[in-house]
Amino acid sequence: MLDIAHDNTLPNGAGVGYKPQHFAALIDNPGTVSWLEIHAENYMGDGGRPMAQLRHLAEHFPISVHGVGLSIGGETRLDPEHLARLKRLVDWLNPAMFSEHLAWSTHDGAFLNDLLPLPYTTNTLTRITTHINEVQDHLGRKMLLENPSSYLAFAESTWSEPDFLREVARRTECGLLLDVNNVFVSATNLDFDPRAYIDAYPLDLVEEFHLAGHDEDADEMGRKLLIDSHGTPVDEPVWTLFDHVIARAGARPALVEWDNDVPDWDILEAEAARATRHMEPALAAQVSA
Amino acid sequence: MTRAETLPRTGDVTVTQTAFRKALLDPQQAVPDGLTNPDGQQVSKRFSVYRNNVVHGLSEAMLTGFPVLAKLVGDEFFREMAKVYLRIHPPTSPLMMHYGAALPGFLESFPGTLHLKYLPDVARLELTLRRAYHAGDAAPVNPDDLTKLDHHALMATRLQMSPASEVLITKWPAKAIWDFNMKGGPQPKGGGETILISRIGFDPVAELLPDGGARFVNSLIKGCSFGTALGLATADTPDFDLTATLGVLIATHSIIGIDKPD
Repeated sequence: MLDIAHDNTLPNGAGVGYKPQHFAALIDNPGTVSWLEIHAENYMGDGGRPMAQLRHLAEHFPISVHGVGLSIGGETRLDPEHLARLKRLVDWLNPAMFSEHLAWSTHDGAFLNDLLPLPYTTNTLTRITTHINEVQDHLGRKMLLENPSSYLAFAESTWSEPDFLREVARRTECGLLLDVNNVFVSATNLDFDPRAYIDAYPLDLVEEFHLAGHDEDADEMGRKLLIDSHGTPVDEPVWTLFDHVIARAGARPALVEWDNDVPDWDILEAEAARATRHMEPALAAQVSA
Repeated sequence: MTRAETLPRTGDVTVTQTAFRKALLDPQQAVPDGLTNPDGQQVSKRFSVYRNNVVHGLSEAMLTGFPVLAKLVGDEFFREMAKVYLRIHPPTSPLMMHYGAALPGFLESFPGTLHLKYLPDVARLELTLRRAYHAGDAAPVNPDDLTKLDHHALMATRLQMSPASEVLITKWPAKAIWDFNMKGGPQPKGGGETILISRIGFDPVAELLPDGGARFVNSLIKGCSFGTALGLATADTPDFDLTATLGVLIATHSIIGIDKPD
């Protein structure tokens, strides 16, 4: 296990999704960025530059490991080989946090490289609960589960997403990662009120926020269709929704994700600085309380 | 009449992941029943978001992983080829760093590139370079530790090889093609090559081995003693150039340990 001198918890400040092209600039001038997220699957090689960079980053920043390949929402059992790879990474890195998605990506032996949706039913609830218990038992640590961005709904769903997540967390004692952009994207695409979603969400279980940019398209009926593309700045209405979240939940570690058309470091850092500014009143209140 | 209209409606709204997956990878398949927009209507454009994400994500990963192949056929053609490939060979694990392992075999029979017979070898080289990039870390030995051994000790020694080191034998001059496209090397010519791929620090390297070098290096990788490996290489190639081969192994940081016999 890496020997880490700094406080190994995520601070209630801004982090960013780490991109290798930012390595030098980030070490040189992190600005307001106080922690980093990495995608687990990019650091499952045996060695080389990616692992060396990660070791160096972990000496300077708390790291959150974000899985994109566990397929927790899959119909079939979790891939034991992938779970073993994840355990190897987590045991070595000892990250401040581990999170995964309410989604599936692997079926019939094929990894589809996307976060695919699932219906919210009593059956899927049981399945997700089993899988999260297995992950937490295997890793020997609590995980956070992230709400997805949705483009369509399942006629068979019988649970609302906030209720479903609350029940999963109750049964597994996992925490939640609230992706504010995903809420806004899903609310637009599925025509619900994002504030009502937040008001129904178990905010006391949220240990981390995500923020990201989205693209705008339209479906064949001419309805607005937002795409969770992570390739642009955070949209203004998402910042407004973020303010609503903070007003209710207080500050948490907040991450800016920018995975496509990745900008120069100073632009990403400025997004993180904005996230910090939005949380400052809540942080001041939390300190004085 | 579209295909969706020919399917019987059962009233069952359960969408299995098998059905979802099939429709995802095959644009000719109808979107499964039971997926809706906010009005409860069918959702082909919405389903296309997932289709596009899968195709775009996988083909871009391939484009990044095979830069010289993409240069040889052009990005646009490469993306179209990747679309065919990924439907036949979707990833079998979430480790995208190794995606595309079946591409050399695919290219052997892909109608669009049959006339470019060197492409499978270039794909093999790019896959091997990627494996070297992610291989385990190891420090090279000091060459003096090897040269100071007397003949008897050297023959009995087992050399530990870097986890990044692999030998690739090609029918076409894959390394020359790679060098020409990535490093401005001379115009590729000639036939097959014996290439040693390894890593210096964090950077993969590829160097040519002389005749017999593949037998020698692969024997070392398998754990044969120096003497055994030399015997095998010389049996195949009587004029095997040991000095030149050792020079390549040392220059590419391929030797990471010297196990002397007890």
